[in-house]
Amino acid sequence: MNEHNLICDVAVVGAGPAGLAAAAAAKKQGAGRVLVIERDALPGGILLQCIHPGFGLTYFKEELTGPEYAHRFVKAAKEAGVEFLTDATVLEIGDKHLRVLGPSCGLLDIQAGAIVLAMGCRERTRGNIRTPGTRPAGVYTAGAGQRLVNRQNLMIGKKIVILGSGDIGMIMARRLTLQGAKVEAVVELLPYLAGLTRNRVQCLDDFNIPLLLSHTVAEIRGHQRVEAVKIVQVDDKRQPVPGTERVIECDTLLLSVGLIPENELTRAAGIAIDKVTSGPSVNQYMQTSLPSVFACGNVVHVNDLVDNVSRESEQAGRSAALFAAGKLPETKEIACAPGTGIRYVVPQRIALDGTDADLTLYFRVTAPGGASELTAAQSGKVLTSRKVRRVSPGEMEHLNLKNSVLTEGNLTVSIAAEEGK
Amino acid sequence: MEKTIICTVCPQGCRITVAGEGSRIDSVTGFTCPRGKAYAEQEFICPMRILTGSVRTCGTTEPLLPVRSADRIPRDRIPECMKVLRTVTVKPPVKIHDTVIKNILGTGVDIVACSELE
Repeated sequence: MNEHNLICDVAVVGAGPAGLAAAAAAKKQGAGRVLVIERDALPGGILLQCIHPGFGLTYFKEELTGPEYAHRFVKAAKEAGVEFLTDATVLEIGDKHLRVLGPSCGLLDIQAGAIVLAMGCRERTRGNIRTPGTRPAGVYTAGAGQRLVNRQNLMIGKKIVILGSGDIGMIMARRLTLQGAKVEAVVELLPYLAGLTRNRVQCLDDFNIPLLLSHTVAEIRGHQRVEAVKIVQVDDKRQPVPGTERVIECDTLLLSVGLIPENELTRAAGIAIDKVTSGPSVNQYMQTSLPSVFACGNVVHVNDLVDNVSRESEQAGRSAALFAAGKLPETKEIACAPGTGIRYVVPQRIALDGTDADLTLYFRVTAPGGASELTAAQSGKVLTSRKVRRVSPGEMEHLNLKNSVLTEGNLTVSIAAEEGK
Repeated sequence: MEKTIICTVCPQGCRITVAGEGSRIDSVTGFTCPRGKAYAEQEFICPMRILTGSVRTCGTTEPLLPVRSADRIPRDRIPECMKVLRTVTVKPPVKIHDTVIKNILGTGVDIVACSELE
């Protein structure tokens, strides 16, 4: 490519599910030139290695695998006229500007009417959780293992211990079992499951894989290769309980210990970050603190369902197209904050546009619980509420309300256990 | 025989209790929707799952093609189906949902492509 400068209406960073949905929506909203920049060779993102089913149940009302879900969105984006720049890394973003580097495009400066950040997440590693022991080969993050097994046809081990009961960890427990490995245990530090219940049923229970709650890996052993891990029970303060240590022989330790939104570009641009989500703070248009920059998907907050990512990202794409055309309303904003029993809420801000547009507040509770009532209130007045039979930090909750019912003052989301249950 | 089944139809995760014997259902309690009831009954009689996996490719840059069963198959037959997948190699072109293995192990269900090869 000989161009060193490029102008587009909306530039999208990342061609995973968030970027694909945002780009197609921006195009449908009337944006002229929409460009998606992707560092991998193919669009689709992490969905390409998620070959298991369970995608699309709410968005398409049918059960798809990751590659099928990605295929639909890639096709929709291409049909809508979205352009792709693959094998290219975004080095820097700013107000209506991006700098990109790649083997085919060289160093490229892009002027964009609006930018959509859709970089997704990175996995937490052994370094992040500071697991003691030797440093042998055979310690993988779950997603890295998934890519090797599902896309590159490389088996990662024969006897495997998985630390963390996140969804990818449980899904990998099933995949490795189906591929002929023996998964000795899934070990979870917390006293409850980190991922979705359906993954516990279909990935662990179906294959009689033991789930050890309130346990962790205290030591990794082995020289060239992992030879064993020492696991230990932990108390309610997550401290090891002496005398409960047990050694499990294995050749591989897989870590599914959480995801971190990948926000180096966002931080470098000086965009405000929510300390709890580690993602940019956004309003209901998915607009960050830098008005020309929007964000969606796991870069904002870690989602459990890609269907939610697609919906949220379409909102970001539409808003970015409107902003690029100078049509996104600029109005007073209120804060939307977590109250009792709530860890975080997205969006963190709401622009009072006075319309009867539907607002969806996505949030996570801090602890598992039984029958409860979720409420969103302003100055003590409950604006919307919903009863649920069970809550878990691993499953995102939501509340809907109309923008027009809001007045000035903070909106607070909270949870209360139902009495007598 | 009585069995408690965690429903996976939606994230609600209802605990449904089914009593019966073999393919005879005597009672179902704890469900909150008709889909959940049907799921629990099927789960009691014969759990059904979508099989997903991959097959080797040749003549293309991607070493694997992801595949799935076009419909649910009995859970207990999944391990033997996986062995069949290991014997298959596909060549481009492959279009999405092209049949890769017809009627796998007599289940009446085809294994189809989840992606494309050019």
